[in-house]
Amino acid sequence: MSYMTRGLMSALTALLLLTSSTGAGAANGTPASLKAGVFDPPRQAPEFSLLASNGGTLSIGNFHGKVVLLAFGFTSCTAVCPTTLNTFAQARRLMGAAAADVQVVYITVDPGRDDTARLQKYLGAFDRTFVGGTGTEQQLAAVRKSYGVSAQKHNAGDSYTYEHSSFTYLIDRAGRIRALMPYGHSPDDYVHDLAILLKE
Amino acid sequence: MAARTLTLSLAAAAAAAVLAVVGFTPIHSTSRDRIFEIPKGTWSRRMSGDKVEILPDHIRLTLGVRDILVLRNHDDVPQIFGPTLMMPGQSFRLPFERAAEYTFACTAHASGQMTIVVEPNPATPWAKIRWRVTELLGALR
Repeated sequence: MSYMTRGLMSALTALLLLTSSTGAGAANGTPASLKAGVFDPPRQAPEFSLLASNGGTLSIGNFHGKVVLLAFGFTSCTAVCPTTLNTFAQARRLMGAAAADVQVVYITVDPGRDDTARLQKYLGAFDRTFVGGTGTEQQLAAVRKSYGVSAQKHNAGDSYTYEHSSFTYLIDRAGRIRALMPYGHSPDDYVHDLAILLKE
Repeated sequence: MAARTLTLSLAAAAAAAVLAVVGFTPIHSTSRDRIFEIPKGTWSRRMSGDKVEILPDHIRLTLGVRDILVLRNHDDVPQIFGPTLMMPGQSFRLPFERAAEYTFACTAHASGQMTIVVEPNPATPWAKIRWRVTELLGALR
């Protein structure tokens, strides 16, 4: 076989590999309908019983019939939590009357500082409808485990801070965990997904 | 000498033709999913001391081509997989719409986090060539 023939064959092989490996010419995949990551099949949101920031007991079952945004954090958080809670508040404002069927639930990872009064004051600064939950370290650890949420305490000088999961669960009216919204999505993305879940 | 020159010229022309086709052919994908699966028995293997790595701590995605992360748990027990807890038989499908670097807490990795880099859609010929070569090398590994 001549150099020329071998060269041409090599070129054709490269061409075939470099275009066929990407499935050139085929149809695009179907985009997911939600902006958030979707679970299939959805599982029932694990039940819990914590102290509610607005008094009484906080249970996920309290909100059956509503779409719940469930997030974990702590009131001294300076990075993730204020942004996330502000995003929720903006999304609810954008939704108008439909926001009445959306409940934000925020569970602390910092029982040492976050009592119900502190949670109520903190959350009220974003939106008076937001509800917080706190409890003992053991209770909160059990809730985090059941939801696959991580929280690690770090010393910071005389104080301490937490590194915690920053995503938000979207729980439908039937109490199923339908989706997980990573940190950083816009209020519009939440409005988009909440509108879909509210219509069901 | 003339034959050698002709051969080199033809080889260069062939290479240029390949680059042109690879660089100008639009990239479409049969699926935009980048799939990672936990096989059945993974938990048992881990418990017996096997170091099972399924999800890399860095994942590269490309907008419009392969921009949906799909995680599936085929094992018999719940697993922390990437950013989330997954039940047996459950899948998780996470689309990305913006090119950026996303960091998730992930206790399955020694670093404690997983990074997903979403790159822009390869628009220029050079970007298409680079993307295809990277994909090809990844497939050959």
